[in-house]
Amino acid sequence: MKIAVCVKQVPDTWAEKALKASDSTLDRESADGVMNELDEYAVEEALKLVEAGGGEVVVVTMGPERAAETVRKALSMGADSGIHLLDDALHGSDALATSYALAEVLKDRGFDLVVFGSESTDARMSVVPAMVAERLGVAQLTFAQKVDVDGGSVTIQRATETGYDTVEAALPAVVSVVEKINEPRYPSFKGIMAAKKKPVETLTVADAGLDASRLGLSAAWSQVADFAARPPKAAGTVVTDEGDGGVKVATFLSEQKFI
Amino acid sequence: MGEVLVLVESEDGAVKKVTGELLTLARRLGTPSAVWVGPGITDAAIASLGEFGAATVYVAGDDALGKHPVAPTAEVLAQLVASTSPTAVLVASTADGKEAAGRLAVKIDSGVITDAVDVTADLVATQSVFGGSTVVHSRVTAGTPIFTVRGNSVAPEPAPATPARVDVSVALSDAATKATITGRTVAAKGGRPELTEAAIVVSGGRGVGSADGFAVIEALADSLGAAVGASRAATDAGWYPHQYQVGQTGKTVSPQLYIANGISGAIQHRAGMQTSKTIVVVNKDPEAPIFELADYGVVGDLFTVVPQLTEEIRNRAS
Repeated sequence: MKIAVCVKQVPDTWAEKALKASDSTLDRESADGVMNELDEYAVEEALKLVEAGGGEVVVVTMGPERAAETVRKALSMGADSGIHLLDDALHGSDALATSYALAEVLKDRGFDLVVFGSESTDARMSVVPAMVAERLGVAQLTFAQKVDVDGGSVTIQRATETGYDTVEAALPAVVSVVEKINEPRYPSFKGIMAAKKKPVETLTVADAGLDASRLGLSAAWSQVADFAARPPKAAGTVVTDEGDGGVKVATFLSEQKFI
Repeated sequence: MGEVLVLVESEDGAVKKVTGELLTLARRLGTPSAVWVGPGITDAAIASLGEFGAATVYVAGDDALGKHPVAPTAEVLAQLVASTSPTAVLVASTADGKEAAGRLAVKIDSGVITDAVDVTADLVATQSVFGGSTVVHSRVTAGTPIFTVRGNSVAPEPAPATPARVDVSVALSDAATKATITGRTVAAKGGRPELTEAAIVVSGGRGVGSADGFAVIEALADSLGAAVGASRAATDAGWYPHQYQVGQTGKTVSPQLYIANGISGAIQHRAGMQTSKTIVVVNKDPEAPIFELADYGVVGDLFTVVPQLTEEIRNRAS
């Protein structure tokens, strides 16, 4: 089985994030770049599927030069090879452009399964896996809390507000995974050393045969008009519990007409 | 004024609250038309859509539509966009809603803005990003604007109308039927409102200390008719089920009232609740960053403050 895992480098989950004044895109320089946390679960799930059923895992990313670190991380976890779509023309690409670029890179490469994390911790749109499935015309099995592949078919548990739906499809398919589907492994020293020798294909927009007019900030289907930091909240009232803290909160809630 | 398509969210045949919010918002942009996808629509559901001003209810009620996730909804919407040339399409910011909006955007080659908290009459969306630390105004610049709108962002205001029901038949593509729902498993609900829809959310974090400790959080929630949430520290520790996690890798909530108990307020958590209208904090540590967000905070042990609060609420109610 040939599995692609799409990963994204994002600012450290725990860092404060900001937009750049110059072009209203995410400031990627002000924080350390890390692999999007949910993508670690995607890599882990792909590795587990291949360990159980054989095959290979190809990690795919789109992003600036340093996004290569994220490819390396996936390789050090055990992925076999990488593809890095790297081109200044991609800067500022929105979800539509990103899904277009990824779908073009993925198609015709014979992947049985394309695995994503269910959202990125920076943009948090959760739409790229569905858009890629739409563009590839293959089954969409997203928000998986469990994935089983059996021969030519895949079954997932799709996490819902109230439980889960069991969803089945024939391969090929696009899968996205939610947090807690597994425990992502830490790269071992051996894994980190081995990753240095694994092949990573770097593709430009032209290499990938992409239409540059559909990519980047200028082609985005939506535009930021303006943005501002949320004004700091007016300081509230903070009291120390002296045995009547609960009553005081109740009085506040009553004043605010919540009770 | 043009039509504004609003995708209906329903549960067990009943229209969900967020749909009333979206119809209210849609009235600002044009003439609201509700779009029902899947079997099971009732006259009562149509009436409740009319209550919030739906002039038309498009019903794509074929059984097959309920058997495949997301893709059929996008195909119904794409067909209606083609036939009605709407001013905009509004969809609730649920997992399914955002995915349907995303697929629709690809199909009709239009821009999509997710997690809007407001949309003006001239179609400028407000988003609250990076955990509410930045407010962004943006607009769709190509095609028919598609917005997914967060629950609890708009106060639903009734504007009674008698909707015309228009049945729509959609021939699904092969691609839309490739994934099939073969079973639905519903966890015990326990009668609490859904986390992302609830007007009040009561959350517990590391300070709750154990799974058993969540009993005091649940008791407070029940006294207020609230949903229960948890910080990542609590869900990672296995004290509370993961689907109740509020924060950057969990749910984003924006209730009228958020009560954070034993939660320090790392960005991971703030990202999921910072836009709550009123925030109450109970925490032992006076230095906890969550106090910066508090409209009202108590420095104290949640195991004394919270039960006392619960009892006080019950006393005042009776």
